[in-house]
Parts: sequence; structure tokens; C-alpha cells
Amino acid sequence: MAELLIRNGSVFDPSRGINGDVMDVAIRDGRIVESVGSAAKVIDATGKTVMAGGVDVHSHVAGPKVNAGRTMRPEDKLFKSPMASAGNRMEMGFSIPSTFKTGYDYARMGYAFVMEAAMPPLHSAHVHEEIHDTPIIDEAALPVFANNWFVMEYLKRGEIENAAAYTAWILNATKGYGIKAVNPGGTEAWGWGLNCLTLDDQVPFFQITPKEIISGLIKTNEYLGLPHSLHLHQNDLGNPGNFRTTIDSLRLAEGITATNKFGREQVLHSTHLQFHSYGGDNWGNFESKAREVANYVNGQKNITFDLGCVTLDETTTMTADGPFEHHLNSLNHLKWTNVDVEVETAAGVVPYIYSPKIKVCGIQWAIGLELALLCTDLNRCFVTTDHPNAGPFTRYPRIYSWLMSQKYRQATLDSFKHSAKVVDATEIASLDRELSLYEIAQMTRSGPAKALGLGNLYGGLSPGMDGNVVVYDLDPAALPSDPEVLEAAFQRASWFVKTGEIVVKDGEIMGHGNKRTLWVNAKVPENPQVRRDVHDKFLKDYTVGLDTYHVRDYLLPNPYVIEVDMEA
Amino acid sequence: MATITLRSIAQPELCIDCYAISPDAMAGKTAAEIADLDVWEGKIKTPLGDFFEISGTAGATPAETDIVVEGDTSRAKYIGYKMTAGSVTVNGNADMYLGGWMKGGTIHVKGDVDSFCGIQMEGGEILVDGRAQNHVGCSYRGDWRGMRGGIIRIRGDAGNDIGTFMIGGTIVIEGNAFIHVSTHAEGGTVIVKGDVQGRVGGQMVKGDIYVLGAIQHMLPGFKKVETVEREVDGQSYRLDHYVGDLGERHPTSKGQEVYGHLYVPTA
Repeated sequence: MAELLIRNGSVFDPSRGINGDVMDVAIRDGRIVESVGSAAKVIDATGKTVMAGGVDVHSHVAGPKVNAGRTMRPEDKLFKSPMASAGNRMEMGFSIPSTFKTGYDYARMGYAFVMEAAMPPLHSAHVHEEIHDTPIIDEAALPVFANNWFVMEYLKRGEIENAAAYTAWILNATKGYGIKAVNPGGTEAWGWGLNCLTLDDQVPFFQITPKEIISGLIKTNEYLGLPHSLHLHQNDLGNPGNFRTTIDSLRLAEGITATNKFGREQVLHSTHLQFHSYGGDNWGNFESKAREVANYVNGQKNITFDLGCVTLDETTTMTADGPFEHHLNSLNHLKWTNVDVEVETAAGVVPYIYSPKIKVCGIQWAIGLELALLCTDLNRCFVTTDHPNAGPFTRYPRIYSWLMSQKYRQATLDSFKHSAKVVDATEIASLDRELSLYEIAQMTRSGPAKALGLGNLYGGLSPGMDGNVVVYDLDPAALPSDPEVLEAAFQRASWFVKTGEIVVKDGEIMGHGNKRTLWVNAKVPENPQVRRDVHDKFLKDYTVGLDTYHVRDYLLPNPYVIEVDMEA
Repeated sequence: MATITLRSIAQPELCIDCYAISPDAMAGKTAAEIADLDVWEGKIKTPLGDFFEISGTAGATPAETDIVVEGDTSRAKYIGYKMTAGSVTVNGNADMYLGGWMKGGTIHVKGDVDSFCGIQMEGGEILVDGRAQNHVGCSYRGDWRGMRGGIIRIRGDAGNDIGTFMIGGTIVIEGNAFIHVSTHAEGGTVIVKGDVQGRVGGQMVKGDIYVLGAIQHMLPGFKKVETVEREVDGQSYRLDHYVGDLGERHPTSKGQEVYGHLYVPTA
């Protein structure tokens, strides 16, 4: 009967509309409860901010492409790997941190759940091995589907039922959480040295278009009733003028209603939207189209998105969007890794420096923040950096500070070499909106938890939910005017309690928690055709056997299975 | 100027990481305080005074501090690490990473140095009277930003991977070198007065290499463009001028394609 009482904090819980009320939060046996006995351990949060543990909807923290980045970039660890503190493991790296640093740094910022955003099904065992090695935080992983040969063949013929049966099989085989789509069709086209930059480009050989893949995957997802929606990385990422393709992709969700029993309302999650809100037709007249994209998204209640904010750091880009990484390498001439994953997907890795001296980087920085500042419903807009693509996740506190302080944004803008040109190409200088702690909690707690169908476990402090509570050394009545102080308070929480266990105190790691891996077990009616197709493809196209494909149970020593039963 | 003298009194079981043997770490400290600075032997932290007897005084600033190291220090790594000013004189040998990431000041080693001497150096001078092992003035593994400035002079021979990813500064090897000189270089100058076996200037984009002895195996990516008279390190030579590496991407500057330059004596 471990009992904890977090007393007298200013609580921000948008899931119940609580906005800074001074109240107690009680935890018994790892869950939030109404009250605890007098013997409970007390954490005094007087004059401090209390929130539920954070939820990250999109981050690349485990698996083969993260490891390819680590292997390719030993210099990412140079001078950034301090000696381990007593009882803890050594922490290494900056943009591609070691698994232990990943767990520790998320915990220090008060995050309870992180979604690994792209799992190649064939290499899912590796993803789960790294997830298992990442302490404290709960994690899940989204297998990638949009360049998968099965999926393209089923969707070309409009066989949603078969696509759903295959999806359910993959979720079970890879211990995956939902449907991720990366550059639909484009990554497969990269196998021919091509790409799909518009929604109507045909995928070579498969004769299907990105439009058909996206629509088909939305239908498949709602047919199954999964906890999360389709999680989409649109076509034409990172190119000037791509906002049209972005809005065209988002339109595919129009008129579709979410079907699920997890409280999710959206049918499409558009990820790292910053990379998809570009105007102009070359790098010279490159400009922000955040207003156009935000206007569209504001009017569509069945869409959620995350920001993918550029943090102006030296980082490592990595994505299953293989052709994009080749394109990026031809721009910066640094190192490049390219991998094909047979039948399923591909990936690329390239280091990148978002320099405040470069105009385009300044505009990208502005677009990420504009998308949040122009958003009318922050419960559908989530903070991410597409870690590590636009910057490392450890910069989230800086993003909060930028969003909360117009003065800080202006100071950053003024520090750019081409600040006048950045101002001309964006709206950032004229946006005086400053977000509140409540709105930050929407974007990092209640919003993403609901979008992932996890609103009953994470993102709030209602009795019965997981006992994930963070205390930041911030007095809402007297927020610091110095953005660095604000940032430091979010970077190193005073206390972080993860499922009832104190894992962080004064920014130091106190314990390794009881990390869980979440996955979705979707039950569908027996489908002999899909079973035969899987059997045949493993004989014909895969270099591995079907009997070695499944992730073994020992890789998920502490699983949390979400059951979805279509027939129930 | 003030001189602080370190005399080696004990040998470590492993190598020791002597980040503390630099004017920046010692300036403004008494001999007793310096003896208390950290030395790492693997993951074990030990006071500097366990390995060295320390005498003399340090100056108030790094620029006013001269360090003299006596005795067997062939297993002392990171001497002069990140130093910005002042001087270090090593009367014996030094282990790896001598003068690594240094920004200013001078280091004189009277014996030999191990690998990674002057890695990612930004300024200052390193003089080694003996030989150097591999990776003189190279970049940190994986990094595309190598030596930026300063001078490294090795009076003896050196091993492989000299000036990898070099951006600026000068490296002089007065003896022979093994293979891989200025690989991936985007600037800087390497002078080898003796012979080099091969792989000189591979994937080089910009910068200068002078090999005043012979190159046993020339890379095919270099093209001879002219013969020049040139003074190199105080002596005049008649040299064949090659440009390359032609297999590599070459940026244009003021309408001209930029190449790496390789000079070898005219036969």
C-alpha cells in the first residue's frame, strides 16, 4: 500500500478543465485516487506547478535507424557524455542519445509516455530491445505501412477488410500500436530512384497513388477501431511549396468520423506539420504557409497534428522517407545512410545543422511556432520536434518558453543573421499570443493522450488514471520573466512520480521505474486469403522465414496490451 | 611567468587521462591545489599528486603559466587538452591526445607522442622532437570538422591519417609518413619532408599538401597541371603541381572550381 500525497500544488489538468487550482493529488499503488491516509508520504508542492506526466506522440527513440545514427555519428557523443552518477547508468549523446539518456531525460522533463514513431516491421525485435533498455518511460511503437507491398496490393483493389486483417496480423507480430504512414508510395518509388511528390503520382509497378494509400489506411484504421488514428507523414516533406500537397492530404479525412471505444475523435494525425507548411517554389523565395495550413486544420475537428519544431541545433535527421534523406544529403554534403527494408519500407539518416545564420532555418523555426500560435484548439496541437529530425526532444522546455513569451521569440528572431528576411517570409514577429501553462498542458498532456486513445491512463489526474505526476518549480502566480529560468524549471522537474514511484527529485534520477511497453492486440475474423498471402510472400519475397518473424514475448517483459475486438 | 614542475613518481596500471596537465587547469593554483586536481585511470578518479611530485608555482593566468613534465609520461594522455595559452614542456614521451582541441599556447615534447596528437586543434603550436603515431591533427572520429588552425611539427616519422578533414592550420612531418594524408581535407597545409607510401589527398576538396620525398603510390584522382618554384618551410624546391581529388565534389568560388593542391618534387 504505497501512498503518496502531492500537497498544495497549482494543478493544471485540462482533461477536467482544472486551471491552476490549488489542490492535492493522491496516489495509491501506482494510481491516482481521491484521497490517501495520514501515513502517506507527502510531497510539498506549495507555490509550484503540478501536471500529469507528459505524453509524446511522435519521437524516434528506438530501433535500427536511431542506431544507424548512433553508429554513424560518434561525434554526437563528444563532450556530451558525463560520468555516470551513483546508481545510474552512463548517459551518452545529444541528438541521438543512448537508451538510458533517453529515459532519464524524458523523466527529468516529467514525461510518462513516448511513442516511437516509425518501426520497420521486419526489425521490430530491435525496436523492442531498445525500448526495453530505455528506463522509466512507458513506450509503444507504430509500425510503418504506407509502402508495404501487402498494403499497396490490397488497397489498390479496395480490399479494406484484407488490409485490416493484415494490419491486425502485423500489430500482433511486431507488438505494434497503430498505423504509421511515411511518404505514402514515395519510399517504395525510391526503390526505382523515384519519389511521389504529389498525391496523384503513381507508385512504380504497384500502380497505386498516395491518395489511394492514405484514404485506404484511414478506412482500414476506422474499420478496425484502433485506439490511435492513421499517423501520417505526408508526401513532399521539406520542400518549398509543399503546403498544397499537405492540405490535399488532410482533405482526405473530410467527412469521416472516428469509430472506436477509446475516446479518440480524430481520424487523421498529421505529424511534424512544420515540415509540410512551406510556401515559395525555391529556397530563395521560401516562406511560411503556416496560416493557410492552420486555417484548414482549425476547421477540421477530425484532424490532430504535432508541430515538429526546429530548435536551431546540430542534430541528426532520420526517417523512413528514403528519397528525402538523399535529397537532404545533396544539399548539405554531410554523411548519409540509406537502407532498404525488404517488402516493407526504407530509411535514411543524415546529420543536419539548423543554423541561426541561415535564412531557411530561421523561417523553419518560425513556422513550427506559428502553427501553435495560430491554432484555435490546442487540444489537437501537440509539442514535438520530430525528435531528432527538427531538434532533440530535450529542447521541449525551450519550445514551451518560446510559446509562452513573445519577448523571447523576438530575442531569438533578433539573433538571426537574416532576421529581416525571416520576418518578411513569416508572421512570427506579428503574433503576440503567449500560451498559458494550461495550454502547454493541453499540448503535452490531455491532447496527445486522447489522440492516442490513452486518455483513460495518461494525460490527466482523475482517480483511476496512472499515478504519473510531475511538479515543476514554477509559481503560476509569478512566472519568471527570464525565459532561461522558465526553461530550466521544465527541463529538470522538482519531482516526477511515475506510476506511484518517485523517479526524479530536483532533476536527479532516483529510480528506474517500472517501464511498460504498450501494444494493441486487434482481433479480426479469420481471413484465409490474408493468411495464404502472408505464407506465400514469406516463401517468395522475404529473406527470412515466417516462423522467425514474430517478436518474442521475452522482449516485452512488462507489456500492457490494449485489446480491440471487432467481433465483440 | 611562473613555472610549475611535475615529476612522474608512479606508473598507472592503465593509462591516465591528464586533463589537468594544462595551463588553464593549473593557473592561479598553488602546488598543493594542483596536486589535488583529478586524474582519471579508467573510471577511477585519483589526485594528480598520486602520480606526480609537484613543485614550483603556477602563474595567475594560463598565459603566465609554464608547465614542465619530467620522468616517464608515456602513459599520460590528454596533456595540454583544450589549453588556450601558456606552455607545456614534456621532457619524455607523451601518450595519446597530446594538445587535443587546443586553442593557443605552445607544447614541446622532447620524446615521442602516441596517436591523436593535436586532434581538432584550433590554434597554438605543438613541437615533437621524436616520432608521432597515427592521426596527427585529425578530426574526432565521425566528425567532418578537423583541425582548424595552429601548427604541429613532428621532427621524426608519423603514422597514418594525418590531417583528416583538416580545415586550416599547418602540419609539418619532417620524417616519413605511412598512408592517408589530408583525407577529406577542406583546407589547411600538410608538409611531409620524407616519403609517403600512398593515399595522399583522398577525397580532398581544398587545401595544400607538399610531399618533398617520394609518393610510392599516387592516387588516380590527381591531375598534374604545372611545374612551379616554391619555397616550402624555408627551402626552395622545384615542384610538380597536381589538383584533385577529381573524384570528389568541388565547390566553386568566384566562378572558379576549388581543388585540393598536391606538390611533389619534379623528377
